[in-house]
Formats: sequence, structure tokens, C-alpha cells
Amino acid sequence: MMHSRSVQIWVGLFVVAGMAALLMLSMKVSNISAFTESEGFEVTGYFENIGGLKVRSPVTMAGVVVGRVANIGFDKDSYEAVVTLNIQNEYDNIPVDSSASIFTAGLLGEQYIGLEAGGAEEVLKAGSELELTQSAIVLEQIIGQFLVSQADKE
Amino acid sequence: MLDQLQKLGATALGVAERLGRGHLFLWHVLGGFPALLPRFGMVITQLFSVGVLSLLIIAVSGLFVGMVLALQGYNTLVDFGATESLGVMVALALVRELGPVVGGLLFAGRAGSALTAEIGLMKATEQLSAMEMMAVDPLHRVVAPRFMAGILAMPLLAAIFSALGVIGGYFVAVGLLGVDEGAFWSQMQAKVDLYEDILNGVIKSIVFGFVVTWIAVFEGYDAVPTSEGVSRATTNTVVHGSLAVLGLDFILTALMFG
Repeated sequence: MMHSRSVQIWVGLFVVAGMAALLMLSMKVSNISAFTESEGFEVTGYFENIGGLKVRSPVTMAGVVVGRVANIGFDKDSYEAVVTLNIQNEYDNIPVDSSASIFTAGLLGEQYIGLEAGGAEEVLKAGSELELTQSAIVLEQIIGQFLVSQADKE
Repeated sequence: MLDQLQKLGATALGVAERLGRGHLFLWHVLGGFPALLPRFGMVITQLFSVGVLSLLIIAVSGLFVGMVLALQGYNTLVDFGATESLGVMVALALVRELGPVVGGLLFAGRAGSALTAEIGLMKATEQLSAMEMMAVDPLHRVVAPRFMAGILAMPLLAAIFSALGVIGGYFVAVGLLGVDEGAFWSQMQAKVDLYEDILNGVIKSIVFGFVVTWIAVFEGYDAVPTSEGVSRATTNTVVHGSLAVLGLDFILTALMFG
């Protein structure tokens, strides 16, 4: 059996190179931070229309990502969308009356939730509900409203 | 008319018979895997010829494919002022598709053909029959270590291909075309998902490694034991292996990203 030392060294090098490539792909190319972000607390919010919001869309405050959308459901009684936000533990001082709006990044970009701080003393905890919510802006509706208003003028 | 019908039937039966033999063969070879673990040296020897010797062509192709992707993508993206997305485009194309697929095609050409020729010649020179005479199962002793080496080598080769491709794309985009370095990496990290993209690419490469190596060792083992038969088996490995990679890629892509 060919058990020469150089063969084994070469195979060792090959395996190390392959593992290094996989490691580089996961650390440098992809968002490995997805692992750590699961540590957080969940709050819910009811939205009339969430537009194109998706699970894992970012939740931002002043433009900084503070969490991700964990789950999107539908409330059968109020006919509204129930969005569960996972907010990282370090942001534990967000006032409870903060408002959540669904924005679009750029004109055609993906949608995200923007939080704006309120003035209450109380802060958001696991299980809190965001009272002030603003729906996504659906481009078609705005165009429709614009056309109707134009028609009214004439 | 009846003759034509008979010919068609014979071909269909032949294909079905060969498929059946291939699966029985696979079953038998997989049965030899547990016995390989205590004697892993045999697999390491095969990893050298299947993996290490394929390294050069995989590395060079990966680097150049990444560089060309960046060059070509730049021409399109520059019209929209979106050259910062070049990193995303190069990385997604490589990790999702080109790494596993082009890696698999090269693997079929470089390692698969060598495996078929080696096993086919062993059969033609009656080495396999000699082993059977000594009560050594050639499927366990000859085929199983090669099969396992192929399955282990392919994901590593595909990962090396993708990683070097991204590095090549980086050199062209940042060094040659003047794309902003920070945007190149940060956009890539924001858009490429560990599970959705990278893990699915690895799964693809494992599947391709399995199928290509299976075809290669079966073609070798099933070859007509003449020089012409071995040559035909080697050709079959490359053609069928490549077709299997391309066909399976469509199915896997539809399942994963559809």
C-alpha cells in the first residue's frame, strides 16, 4: 500500500485548503452574524399593510440595524398583519411608545421597519406590543390616488 | 417494422438493465464503507489522486472565472451606477452555481475519467478477477475507497473554486476597475446568506461529487474489458457525468431557490 509521507502531507494540505475556503466563504462572504442575532427579545406590532416586508428584513433605528423581523402572521379578527420583531438585547432602552413604520430602501429597494423613539419612561421588553404603527407605502395606491385627484381637478 | 420495434425494445431493456446494475453496484459499494473507516489510509491515497491532482485546474479556473465575471458584470452594472453590487453578483454566481457546476464538470473531466480508465484497465488486465480468486472483494477493496474519496473531495474543490473566484473578482473589481473596496465586501456580506446560499452550494457540490464519482467507478467496473471498451467507458464518464451535473443542477436549483 502506498503510504508515503508526501502523499499524506499533500492530502493534509488539500483538506486544510478546502476547509479554509469554506471558512472564508462563510466568514468573509456571507453574513455569519445571523448566528449571533438570534439573541434578543421579541415584540409584536399590528400593521394594516406590510407591503413586501419579509422575515429577516432589518429593523432599524436612526438607520442602525437593531434587530430583524422574526415572524409575519395574520390576525383573523382585525384583518391585520402581525409582525414579530426580534430586537437585540443590547438595545433595551427603546421607549414603549416608539412608533414603527415600514419604509423602502431607495425607490425599488427592499422594505424594512424603521423605529422612532417615543417619550415614555417605560421601555420595550419581551412580549411588548408596539401601539403606533404605520403601514407600508404601496406605490400603486399612491399612483392611483394621484390619478383620482388629478381627475377631480378637471 | 417489427425489426425496428425489436431494436427499440432491446435498447430500452439494455438501458433499464444497466440502470439496475448501477444501483446494485452502488448498494454493494456503500456496504463496503464501514470497513473503510479503520483503514482510512486507502482513502487518503485516493484523495491524493482525486483531490490534490485536480487542485491546479480547479484553482486556476476558479480564479479566472471570478475575474471574468467581475469584468463582464462591470460593463452591465456601470450603466445603472450600481458597480458596488459587483461583489454580490460575483459571490452569488460563484457560490450558488458556478462553484459546484463548473467544479463538477472539471471534476468529471479530470478525476472521473482517470478513475474510469484506472478501474477499466484493472478489469481488462484481469486484476479484479485475480482479487476475486483470492477472496478479496474488488468492490470493497478497489472501488469503495475511490468512491469515498470522490465524495469527500468534491465539496472541498468546489469551495476552493468559489473562494478563489471571489478573490479573483476582488482583484479585478477593486484593483483594476476601481470599485470601492468597502462597498464590495459589505454589500456582499449583506446579501449572501450562510444557509440559503453557501450551505445550499455545499449540498449541491456533495450531490455532484456523489453522482460523478458513481458514474465514473461504475463505467470503469462495467467496461467491456478491451482497450476499445475502456476508451468508450472513459468517454461515457465525461459525457454522462457532465450531463448528470447539468441536469441535476437544474432540479436542485428549482428545489432550493425556486
